[in-house]
Amino acid sequence: MSASTETEQELARVVEPGVTALAVTAHVSGLVLERRTPLWWWVGFGLAFGLFVLFLAAVGWLFIRGVGIWGIDWPIAWGFAIGNYVWWVGMASGGTLISALFFLTRSDWRSATSRIAETMTVFCVACAGIMPVIHLGRWWYFYWLFPYPNTMALWPQFRSPLHWDFVAILVYVAGSLLFWYVGLLPDFATLRDRARRRWQRIFYGLLALGWQGSSQHWRQFRMLYGLFAALMAPLVCSIHSIVGLDFAGGLTPGWHETQFPPYFVFGAALSGFAVVLMLVIPLRRALELTGVITLRHIDVLARLMLTASLLLSYCYLIEVFMPFYRGEEREITVMTSLLTGYYAPWYWAKIVLNGLVPQLLWIRPLRLNRPLLFLVALCVVIGMWIERYVIVVGSLHRNHSESSWFVFVPTVWDWATLAGSVGLFLTGFFLALRFIPMVSMFELRDLLHKKQAGGGR
Amino acid sequence: MSVRPGTGHSLRGRLAAFDDPDAMLKALRRLRQEGFSQLEVYGPHAVEGVDELLGRRARALPLVVVAAGMLGVVGGFFLQYWGMVLGYPLNIGGRPLNSWPAFAPSTFELAALTILLIGFLAFCRVCRLPRLYDPIFDAPGFEHASQDRFLIWIAEREGHDDHDLLRRLLPEGEGVRIDEVPA
Repeated sequence: MSASTETEQELARVVEPGVTALAVTAHVSGLVLERRTPLWWWVGFGLAFGLFVLFLAAVGWLFIRGVGIWGIDWPIAWGFAIGNYVWWVGMASGGTLISALFFLTRSDWRSATSRIAETMTVFCVACAGIMPVIHLGRWWYFYWLFPYPNTMALWPQFRSPLHWDFVAILVYVAGSLLFWYVGLLPDFATLRDRARRRWQRIFYGLLALGWQGSSQHWRQFRMLYGLFAALMAPLVCSIHSIVGLDFAGGLTPGWHETQFPPYFVFGAALSGFAVVLMLVIPLRRALELTGVITLRHIDVLARLMLTASLLLSYCYLIEVFMPFYRGEEREITVMTSLLTGYYAPWYWAKIVLNGLVPQLLWIRPLRLNRPLLFLVALCVVIGMWIERYVIVVGSLHRNHSESSWFVFVPTVWDWATLAGSVGLFLTGFFLALRFIPMVSMFELRDLLHKKQAGGGR
Repeated sequence: MSVRPGTGHSLRGRLAAFDDPDAMLKALRRLRQEGFSQLEVYGPHAVEGVDELLGRRARALPLVVVAAGMLGVVGGFFLQYWGMVLGYPLNIGGRPLNSWPAFAPSTFELAALTILLIGFLAFCRVCRLPRLYDPIFDAPGFEHASQDRFLIWIAEREGHDDHDLLRRLLPEGEGVRIDEVPA
């Protein structure tokens, strides 16, 4: 057999030969129940927790002193916090797209990666949700965003995209959490039944809610899961469209773009697939999951990242074309400033990292080179943060009136909040790694049974 | 006395364990042909064909979800309509108060939220969850139902002694084991 056909066959397999359903169940639950916590976990968790403490310090100081500790001021009143928010919520989309959209398309490669991706979504959404609240300034009034009866004649402005965004985040947070938890129910029951220690039985027993796996339970479960998937797929598109409208609804040159809703959906998908790859590549080795997370998974995710990059690159082209096509003077000012002005290095960095670097993935050996693919994904994740930064700050720094032209300089607290939010994400994710099965065991049992029955690959 | 939906084991009965879902399906078919009607299947994943053999369809959940969706659309829109048109009307440049296109995104989101929450609660209701203890958990080997075995629970029929019939229908060995289950 030649080397190329061997690779073809390897790329077609979603499960390596010889992997059995019971072995997957035993291995994945063993990671949570039995395995001694490995050294890399303690090191990773320690670093993450250190960053998380930095986040607490940055937010604590913010709560004492107010948003003046950041670099924001008039006219650049939106800075890192909004950029971070859009970045985090964009990365969150990766989990929802994989677990909801590819559930609806019945893609069999989704099963092994969906849990890692969904867990990632939950903690990304947590980081995203915090950002607009701490950006409020008087954050303790954030509940004014809720329509509740009050004596102040106060009611939210439902026509504003900013309020749509508040509703959208709220629903997305609730939806991601519920979708994640419902998908975990049968696996919690497996852990409950395999647990040897008392605290594990009680802990997972409570989480499993008394799941029995009866045909009644499975029938209702499958219906609910399908329904949630069918809701989450449009929800993830709606939230990113609405994030795009946050900007498009403003008259600021560079923001007032009709293409922004799909632009933000594509950007979210790109960063989502990138961050899933950054988690899947090391975890399949660290958790010894190479039998169920195969080269096919890596290849599919890399192709999806390339596709999203192409879609986003098209938006980047339109972004440059439209101001000159329309001939609107201020829009041309903003665009030429981005191309050649103070923020040009950031602008070109976003083009290179999000548009050009992923083009390497046209070549298969590069797609299958895991260290390189990890680097490409890292470039994309950094590039997407830069994109959000350029969108937020680049437009505001060349507003309509020349008297309000200004440059944003981030302070140490801006950077601390950004780095700290990474710590918040990683702390949560490391805890999930320790206590939650990182592969959907029941879905793999189902998948392996179907492969067996079909005599398939 | 009928089998309670979601639990199915309020009666005395027997539990037959199978290593293979296809063997379980065959046995289930034989049991149905012999006239056993109070049956329930437990397993580590859903198996195509079980619902048809047991003659079950999910009725409640889809209806509840449709109702929740309608409630969410009407309620979500009315929340905004009341706020912008009835409760706190603000004339901004003579623009219409009932600016319904601007209410559409939040209406969609609120409808989705209603479906998600009510759908989950309805799911818990029809599955009788949370229910941390159930007599079926005491059945020997039941912990395998969440790992690697498929179990058929067969209710004891009043006035019948099914012991020998079941021995014949489900010959032990070949991955089949029958256990008595107390009520």
